[in-house]
Amino acid sequence: MDVLGHYNYWISIALMMAGFYLVIARANLMKKLVGLNVFQTAVFLLYISIGKVSGGTAPIAKEGFTLYSNPLPSVLILTAIVVSVSMTAVALAIIVRIREAYGTVEEDEILEQDEA
Amino acid sequence: MDQAKGQRLILTAPDIVLLTLLLVTTIALARLRNLVAVIMLLGLYSLLMAVLWVSFDAVDVAFTEAAVGAGVTTILMLAAVALIGREEKPHRHNPLGPLLIVVATGAALIYATAEMPRFGDPDAPAQQHVAPRYIEDGPRETGVPNMVTAVLASYRGYDTLGEITVIFTAGIAVMLLIGARRRKREGDQ
Repeated sequence: MDVLGHYNYWISIALMMAGFYLVIARANLMKKLVGLNVFQTAVFLLYISIGKVSGGTAPIAKEGFTLYSNPLPSVLILTAIVVSVSMTAVALAIIVRIREAYGTVEEDEILEQDEA
Repeated sequence: MDQAKGQRLILTAPDIVLLTLLLVTTIALARLRNLVAVIMLLGLYSLLMAVLWVSFDAVDVAFTEAAVGAGVTTILMLAAVALIGREEKPHRHNPLGPLLIVVATGAALIYATAEMPRFGDPDAPAQQHVAPRYIEDGPRETGVPNMVTAVLASYRGYDTLGEITVIFTAGIAVMLLIGARRRKREGDQ
Protein backbone atom coordinates (compact mmCIF):
# COMPACT_ATOMS: atom_id res chain seq x y z
CA MET A 1 0.00 0.00 0.00
CA ASP A 2 1.63 3.16 -1.25
CA VAL A 3 -0.22 5.80 0.80
CA LEU A 4 1.71 8.94 -0.15
CA GLY A 5 1.95 8.01 -3.82
CA HIS A 6 -1.67 6.92 -4.30
CA TYR A 7 -3.72 8.94 -1.76
CA ASN A 8 -5.00 11.26 -4.53
CA TYR A 9 -6.43 8.28 -6.45
CA TRP A 10 -8.04 6.84 -3.32
CA ILE A 11 -9.71 10.12 -2.38
CA SER A 12 -11.08 10.65 -5.88
CA ILE A 13 -12.48 7.10 -5.84
CA ALA A 14 -14.00 7.67 -2.37
CA LEU A 15 -15.63 10.91 -3.62
CA MET A 16 -16.92 9.15 -6.75
CA MET A 17 -18.46 6.43 -4.60
CA ALA A 18 -20.07 9.02 -2.27
CA GLY A 19 -21.66 10.65 -5.34
CA PHE A 20 -22.69 7.23 -6.70
CA TYR A 21 -24.30 6.39 -3.33
CA LEU A 22 -26.33 9.62 -3.35
CA VAL A 23 -27.55 8.89 -6.88
CA ILE A 24 -28.73 5.33 -6.18
CA ALA A 25 -29.80 5.51 -2.50
CA ARG A 26 -31.66 8.84 -2.18
CA ALA A 27 -35.20 9.42 -3.40
CA ASN A 28 -34.97 13.23 -3.55
CA LEU A 29 -34.17 14.28 -7.14
CA MET A 30 -32.22 17.36 -6.01
CA LYS A 31 -30.01 15.19 -3.80
CA LYS A 32 -29.43 12.81 -6.72
CA LEU A 33 -28.29 15.74 -8.86
CA VAL A 34 -25.91 16.90 -6.11
CA GLY A 35 -24.52 13.34 -6.05
CA LEU A 36 -24.03 13.45 -9.81
CA ASN A 37 -22.11 16.74 -9.45
CA VAL A 38 -19.90 15.28 -6.70
CA PHE A 39 -19.16 12.26 -8.93
CA GLN A 40 -18.27 14.44 -11.93
CA THR A 41 -15.93 16.71 -9.98
CA ALA A 42 -14.24 13.65 -8.46
CA VAL A 43 -13.52 12.35 -11.98
CA PHE A 44 -12.03 15.77 -12.81
CA LEU A 45 -9.78 15.44 -9.74
CA LEU A 46 -8.57 12.04 -10.98
CA TYR A 47 -7.59 13.50 -14.37
CA ILE A 48 -5.94 16.62 -12.95
CA SER A 49 -3.89 14.65 -10.43
CA ILE A 50 -2.63 12.37 -13.24
CA GLY A 51 -1.37 15.48 -15.10
CA LYS A 52 0.79 16.77 -12.23
CA VAL A 53 4.56 16.34 -12.62
CA SER A 54 6.64 16.60 -9.44
CA GLY A 55 8.89 19.66 -9.55
CA GLY A 56 7.02 20.93 -12.62
CA THR A 57 5.24 24.26 -12.93
CA ALA A 58 1.93 25.35 -14.49
CA PRO A 59 2.08 24.87 -18.29
CA ILE A 60 2.72 28.51 -19.21
CA ALA A 61 5.97 29.00 -21.16
CA LYS A 62 8.45 31.29 -19.41
CA GLU A 63 12.22 31.76 -19.57
CA GLY A 64 14.02 29.81 -16.89
CA PHE A 65 11.53 26.94 -16.62
CA THR A 66 12.04 23.64 -18.40
CA LEU A 67 9.69 21.24 -16.62
CA TYR A 68 5.96 21.77 -17.02
CA SER A 69 2.98 19.75 -15.80
CA ASN A 70 0.86 18.06 -18.47
CA PRO A 71 -1.50 20.59 -20.15
CA LEU A 72 -3.74 17.95 -21.79
CA PRO A 73 -5.79 16.85 -18.73
CA SER A 74 -6.49 20.56 -18.10
CA VAL A 75 -7.82 20.98 -21.64
CA LEU A 76 -10.06 17.90 -21.36
CA ILE A 77 -11.43 18.94 -17.97
CA LEU A 78 -12.08 22.57 -19.01
CA THR A 79 -14.44 21.19 -21.66
CA ALA A 80 -15.92 18.73 -19.17
CA ILE A 81 -16.69 21.49 -16.61
CA VAL A 82 -18.69 23.41 -19.22
CA VAL A 83 -20.60 20.27 -20.24
CA SER A 84 -21.22 19.53 -16.55
CA VAL A 85 -22.78 22.94 -15.85
CA SER A 86 -24.95 22.64 -18.99
CA MET A 87 -26.14 19.23 -17.81
CA THR A 88 -26.88 20.60 -14.34
CA ALA A 89 -28.94 23.45 -15.80
CA VAL A 90 -31.07 21.08 -17.93
CA ALA A 91 -31.49 18.65 -15.01
CA LEU A 92 -32.64 21.49 -12.72
CA ALA A 93 -35.16 22.64 -15.33
CA ILE A 94 -36.52 19.07 -15.55
CA ILE A 95 -36.74 18.85 -11.73
CA VAL A 96 -38.65 22.14 -11.58
CA ARG A 97 -41.08 20.84 -14.25
CA ILE A 98 -41.53 17.54 -12.35
CA ARG A 99 -42.32 19.52 -9.22
CA GLU A 100 -44.94 21.56 -11.13
CA ALA A 101 -46.54 18.41 -12.58
CA TYR A 102 -46.45 16.10 -9.53
CA GLY A 103 -46.16 18.52 -6.59
CA THR A 104 -43.19 16.59 -5.21
CA VAL A 105 -39.55 15.80 -6.06
CA GLU A 106 -39.37 12.52 -4.09
CA GLU A 107 -38.93 9.63 -6.49
CA ASP A 108 -41.07 7.11 -4.56
CA GLU A 109 -44.02 9.55 -4.34
CA ILE A 110 -43.77 10.25 -8.08
CA LEU A 111 -43.83 6.50 -8.81
CA GLU A 112 -46.87 6.06 -6.51
CA GLN A 113 -48.73 8.79 -8.39
CA ASP A 114 -47.84 7.19 -11.72
CA GLU A 115 -49.17 3.80 -10.59
CA ALA A 116 -52.35 5.21 -9.07
CA MET B 1 13.28 16.01 -16.60
CA ASP B 2 16.49 15.82 -14.57
CA GLN B 3 15.41 18.42 -12.05
CA ALA B 4 12.49 16.17 -11.02
CA LYS B 5 14.51 12.99 -10.71
CA GLY B 6 15.97 14.08 -7.38
CA GLN B 7 12.55 14.97 -5.91
CA ARG B 8 10.57 12.45 -3.94
CA LEU B 9 7.39 11.56 -5.78
CA ILE B 10 4.82 12.07 -3.05
CA LEU B 11 1.94 14.35 -2.22
CA THR B 12 2.79 17.38 -0.08
CA ALA B 13 1.17 18.01 3.31
CA PRO B 14 -1.21 20.79 2.08
CA ASP B 15 -2.44 18.49 -0.70
CA ILE B 16 -3.17 15.72 1.78
CA VAL B 17 -5.03 18.15 4.08
CA LEU B 18 -7.13 19.46 1.16
CA LEU B 19 -7.91 15.94 -0.09
CA THR B 20 -9.01 14.92 3.41
CA LEU B 21 -11.15 18.07 3.76
CA LEU B 22 -12.86 17.16 0.47
CA LEU B 23 -13.80 13.77 1.88
CA VAL B 24 -15.11 15.32 5.14
CA THR B 25 -17.18 17.89 3.19
CA THR B 26 -18.69 15.16 1.02
CA ILE B 27 -19.65 12.98 3.98
CA ALA B 28 -21.29 15.99 5.72
CA LEU B 29 -23.09 16.82 2.47
CA ALA B 30 -24.40 13.26 2.11
CA ARG B 31 -25.80 13.21 5.66
CA LEU B 32 -27.59 16.59 5.64
CA ARG B 33 -31.29 16.86 4.78
CA ASN B 34 -31.61 20.63 4.41
CA LEU B 35 -31.07 21.19 0.69
CA VAL B 36 -29.85 24.79 1.07
CA ALA B 37 -27.10 23.58 3.40
CA VAL B 38 -26.29 20.73 0.99
CA ILE B 39 -25.86 23.20 -1.88
CA MET B 40 -23.64 25.45 0.26
CA LEU B 41 -21.45 22.44 1.04
CA LEU B 42 -21.36 21.57 -2.67
CA GLY B 43 -20.06 25.10 -3.32
CA LEU B 44 -17.42 24.59 -0.64
CA TYR B 45 -16.50 21.24 -2.24
CA SER B 46 -15.98 22.99 -5.61
CA LEU B 47 -13.89 25.73 -4.00
CA LEU B 48 -11.66 23.21 -2.18
CA MET B 49 -11.27 21.40 -5.50
CA ALA B 50 -10.20 24.68 -7.17
CA VAL B 51 -7.56 25.33 -4.47
CA LEU B 52 -6.25 21.78 -4.86
CA TRP B 53 -5.98 22.19 -8.63
CA VAL B 54 -3.86 25.32 -8.25
CA SER B 55 -1.50 23.14 -6.25
CA PHE B 56 -1.66 20.49 -9.03
CA ASP B 57 -0.57 23.12 -11.64
CA ALA B 58 -3.95 23.19 -13.43
CA VAL B 59 -4.56 26.92 -12.93
CA ASP B 60 -6.95 27.36 -15.89
CA VAL B 61 -9.16 24.54 -14.63
CA ALA B 62 -8.99 25.92 -11.08
CA PHE B 63 -10.40 29.32 -11.96
CA THR B 64 -13.04 27.81 -14.22
CA GLU B 65 -14.12 25.51 -11.39
CA ALA B 66 -14.16 28.42 -8.91
CA ALA B 67 -16.30 30.54 -11.26
CA VAL B 68 -18.53 27.88 -12.79
CA GLY B 69 -18.59 25.06 -10.21
CA ALA B 70 -18.65 27.14 -7.03
CA GLY B 71 -20.39 30.17 -8.57
CA VAL B 72 -22.85 29.46 -11.39
CA THR B 73 -23.88 25.94 -10.31
CA THR B 74 -24.54 27.09 -6.73
CA ILE B 75 -26.70 29.99 -7.94
CA LEU B 76 -28.68 27.76 -10.35
CA MET B 77 -29.26 25.16 -7.64
CA LEU B 78 -30.35 27.74 -5.05
CA ALA B 79 -32.80 29.19 -7.58
CA ALA B 80 -34.21 25.71 -8.21
CA VAL B 81 -34.49 24.94 -4.49
CA ALA B 82 -36.45 28.17 -4.02
CA LEU B 83 -39.01 26.67 -6.44
CA ILE B 84 -39.10 23.06 -5.21
CA GLY B 85 -38.81 23.37 -1.41
CA ARG B 86 -35.77 23.06 0.79
CA GLU B 87 -36.36 19.91 2.87
CA GLU B 88 -35.53 16.39 1.81
CA LYS B 89 -38.03 13.90 3.27
CA PRO B 90 -36.65 11.06 5.40
CA HIS B 91 -36.31 8.06 3.10
CA ARG B 92 -38.06 4.79 3.74
CA HIS B 93 -35.69 2.51 1.88
CA ASN B 94 -33.06 0.37 3.51
CA PRO B 95 -29.68 1.94 2.55
CA LEU B 96 -27.87 -1.40 2.95
CA GLY B 97 -28.25 -2.54 -0.68
CA PRO B 98 -26.85 0.65 -2.28
CA LEU B 99 -24.11 0.80 0.39
CA LEU B 100 -23.04 -2.74 -0.50
CA ILE B 101 -22.89 -1.92 -4.24
CA VAL B 102 -20.91 1.28 -3.58
CA VAL B 103 -18.39 -0.38 -1.25
CA ALA B 104 -17.85 -3.28 -3.68
CA THR B 105 -17.33 -0.90 -6.64
CA GLY B 106 -15.01 1.31 -4.58
CA ALA B 107 -12.95 -1.67 -3.40
CA ALA B 108 -12.54 -2.91 -6.99
CA LEU B 109 -11.42 0.57 -8.14
CA ILE B 110 -8.97 0.98 -5.24
CA TYR B 111 -7.55 -2.47 -6.02
CA ALA B 112 -7.00 -1.26 -9.60
CA THR B 113 -4.95 1.77 -8.44
CA ALA B 114 -2.20 -0.51 -7.09
CA GLU B 115 -0.61 -0.59 -10.54
CA MET B 116 -1.01 3.16 -11.20
CA PRO B 117 2.17 5.29 -11.45
CA ARG B 118 3.01 7.26 -8.29
CA PHE B 119 1.62 10.77 -7.95
CA GLY B 120 3.75 13.28 -9.90
CA ASP B 121 5.91 10.66 -11.64
CA PRO B 122 7.54 12.36 -14.71
CA ASP B 123 8.01 8.90 -16.29
CA ALA B 124 4.30 8.01 -16.10
CA PRO B 125 2.78 6.95 -19.46
CA ALA B 126 0.52 10.04 -19.45
CA GLN B 127 3.63 12.26 -19.57
CA GLN B 128 5.41 10.33 -22.36
CA HIS B 129 3.23 10.71 -25.47
CA VAL B 130 1.45 13.64 -27.17
CA ALA B 131 1.93 16.06 -24.24
CA PRO B 132 5.69 16.71 -24.86
CA ARG B 133 4.83 17.67 -28.45
CA TYR B 134 2.46 20.41 -27.28
CA ILE B 135 4.78 21.56 -24.48
CA GLU B 136 7.79 21.87 -26.80
CA ASP B 137 6.17 23.18 -29.99
CA GLY B 138 2.88 24.71 -28.77
CA PRO B 139 4.12 28.15 -27.67
CA ARG B 140 6.31 28.49 -30.79
CA GLU B 141 3.65 27.37 -33.28
CA THR B 142 0.71 29.34 -31.87
CA GLY B 143 2.49 32.28 -30.23
CA VAL B 144 0.50 31.70 -27.03
CA PRO B 145 2.67 31.07 -23.96
CA ASN B 146 -0.15 29.28 -22.12
CA MET B 147 -0.16 25.73 -23.49
CA VAL B 148 -3.67 24.99 -22.24
CA THR B 149 -5.03 27.96 -24.19
CA ALA B 150 -2.93 26.97 -27.21
CA VAL B 151 -4.49 23.49 -27.33
CA LEU B 152 -8.00 24.64 -26.44
CA ALA B 153 -8.33 27.60 -28.78
CA SER B 154 -5.91 26.74 -31.58
CA TYR B 155 -5.17 23.03 -32.06
CA ARG B 156 -8.60 21.91 -30.87
CA GLY B 157 -10.54 25.04 -31.76
CA TYR B 158 -13.34 23.04 -33.40
CA ASP B 159 -13.88 21.08 -30.18
CA THR B 160 -14.30 24.37 -28.34
CA LEU B 161 -16.84 25.41 -30.95
CA GLY B 162 -18.64 22.12 -30.22
CA GLU B 163 -18.54 22.99 -26.54
CA ILE B 164 -20.31 26.27 -27.25
CA THR B 165 -22.92 24.28 -29.19
CA VAL B 166 -23.49 22.22 -26.02
CA ILE B 167 -24.12 25.37 -23.97
CA PHE B 168 -26.43 26.73 -26.67
CA THR B 169 -28.41 23.45 -26.77
CA ALA B 170 -28.66 23.40 -22.97
CA GLY B 171 -29.90 27.02 -23.01
CA ILE B 172 -32.61 26.16 -25.55
CA ALA B 173 -33.61 23.05 -23.54
CA VAL B 174 -33.98 25.06 -20.32
CA MET B 175 -36.01 27.74 -22.13
CA LEU B 176 -38.33 25.13 -23.67
CA LEU B 177 -38.79 23.33 -20.34
CA ILE B 178 -39.48 26.36 -18.16
CA GLY B 179 -39.66 29.60 -20.14
CA ALA B 180 -42.22 28.71 -22.83
CA ARG B 181 -44.65 27.25 -20.29
CA ARG B 182 -44.50 30.34 -18.09
CA ARG B 183 -45.32 32.60 -21.03
CA LYS B 184 -48.29 30.43 -22.04
CA ARG B 185 -49.69 30.56 -18.51
CA GLU B 186 -49.36 34.35 -18.41
CA GLY B 187 -51.20 34.49 -21.78
CA ASP B 188 -54.15 32.53 -20.32
CA GLN B 189 -54.71 34.96 -17.48
